[in-house]
Amino acid sequence: MNELVEFISNNLQLLYILILAIFIGVELIKNVPSVLHTPLMSGANALSGVVIVGALLVMLQAKPDDYLSLGLGFVAVILGIINVVGGFVVTDRMLQMFKKKK
Amino acid sequence: MTITLSIIYLITTITFVIGLKMLGHPETAKKGNLISGVGMGLAIVATIFLHDFEVPSINYILIGVALLIGTILGYLIAMKVAMTKMPELVSLFNGFGGGSALLIGLVEFGNFSTDTTQTSTIIAAIIIGSITFTGSLIAWAKLNGSMKDIRLPNYNLINNLFILALIAFGAYIVMYDSTSLTLIYLLLAASLVYGVLFVIPIGGADMPVVISLLNSLTGIAAAITGILYDNMVMMVGGILVGSAGLILTFIMCKAMNRSLSNVIFGAFGGGDAATAAVGKTGGTIKKTTASDSAILLNYASKVVIVPGYGLAVAQAQHVIHELEELLTKKGVDVSYAIHPVAGRMPGHMNVLLAESNVSYDKLIEMDNINPQFPNTDVVLVVGANDVVNPAAHNDPSSPIYGMPILDVENAKHIIVNKRSMNAGYAGIENELFFNQKTSMLFGDAKSALTELVNELKNM
Repeated sequence: MNELVEFISNNLQLLYILILAIFIGVELIKNVPSVLHTPLMSGANALSGVVIVGALLVMLQAKPDDYLSLGLGFVAVILGIINVVGGFVVTDRMLQMFKKKK
Repeated sequence: MTITLSIIYLITTITFVIGLKMLGHPETAKKGNLISGVGMGLAIVATIFLHDFEVPSINYILIGVALLIGTILGYLIAMKVAMTKMPELVSLFNGFGGGSALLIGLVEFGNFSTDTTQTSTIIAAIIIGSITFTGSLIAWAKLNGSMKDIRLPNYNLINNLFILALIAFGAYIVMYDSTSLTLIYLLLAASLVYGVLFVIPIGGADMPVVISLLNSLTGIAAAITGILYDNMVMMVGGILVGSAGLILTFIMCKAMNRSLSNVIFGAFGGGDAATAAVGKTGGTIKKTTASDSAILLNYASKVVIVPGYGLAVAQAQHVIHELEELLTKKGVDVSYAIHPVAGRMPGHMNVLLAESNVSYDKLIEMDNINPQFPNTDVVLVVGANDVVNPAAHNDPSSPIYGMPILDVENAKHIIVNKRSMNAGYAGIENELFFNQKTSMLFGDAKSALTELVNELKNM
């Protein structure tokens, strides 16, 4: 229990950010028409590719002779950037089709 | 971390919020996606160049190569895929994101193994990343048609015990043995297996809900790795995706009138339901021909088309648009009735029809079209089944009982185009086909509709 209290007091700012971000996420999506659910899911999926930043940090901080970290980081960067590029491009392709026809 | 980098992360976070907001409206969606894309690009470039570590040049080279390979692959896959394959592609990309998170956790386990908070963050990243990785790959394979639903005996019990054991195992590592690489590999393997077990029993019709849930989990995994690096853009971006994905999951469940626990534990769309319902309906069906249907459509004043996934599978979106234009030219009022879960994902049908240039003001959502059915002369159902099944209203024993449906049986005539009398995606019988007002136009959607168009042209 003490550890929990300690964790909360050490990370109060973090908890505020988390809670506010959760509410923003919910509010942003709540009233979206079902027409846009698929592109939205795809767009949100592209955003979750932000994990690439972590993969880059792994690569930047790895020692040049630490082959395991470099190798795993290398694959992590590839997977992450596929998620980002693929996600945004495919969302764009879908939305391309929603242009108003006369 | 340099101050410039922090400011850029802040800007990126703002572009994510604005982008998500704009994705919620048809007019601004495309721009919104672009804005968050630019923000993401900024964050990536800034992370590489604006840090304060000593970085050997070989690392830069490797980063460059990895980014190049991934960008080309991602771009090619995204550009080449057919619109009908969209849901499984989103799932595949999502799995890659999860895979990236799990690898990060694996690398950092060795570097941060002293602090309890950091170890628990890493353990959480590995567990969640692994589950989304294998789970999404299974979802991809299932939507692809290359994998069927598999239900082990007592799978609910097994899965629940499994996830509890997984959490306990993670907690044990954090508390007692946070340096053992053997244990971490065991945890990794167990989490990967759980991802498979979690998704294999879930029925095909529920796949979109699962993908949305897994998408939300990837966001959470990203946020957790963000906590590890004290990195705001990962944290806030990840949580945004996590909460947006979760609320989207609930919206989808609501559209199908199912609860999330029902989706995960209820195993729907399997053989049991199908066998239970067979033979209950009975009665005779009325077959019709393309020329009879053409006459019916030609003299109608209001026609509503109900497209389903069968239309997309047969690649008949363009023909249906041709039919719609032809009828409109003859003075018939034509619109499309779109069920919230038509296609393989909510909104999927809209994307498919938009691809063949159907104007989106002709696509009417369920709540707006249902009151119009009594004044509709002809409803043309193409490749849809469960979303027009009256059993949802009047058969409490049906697995789709309570799901909101398109009330097409209120129209004056119903023409149903299907390949055969086989049950729909959910595997249940449809009494609409035995309705006296219904006539069945058998055949592949594309050839049947082409024939219909030709008949109409000759009139």
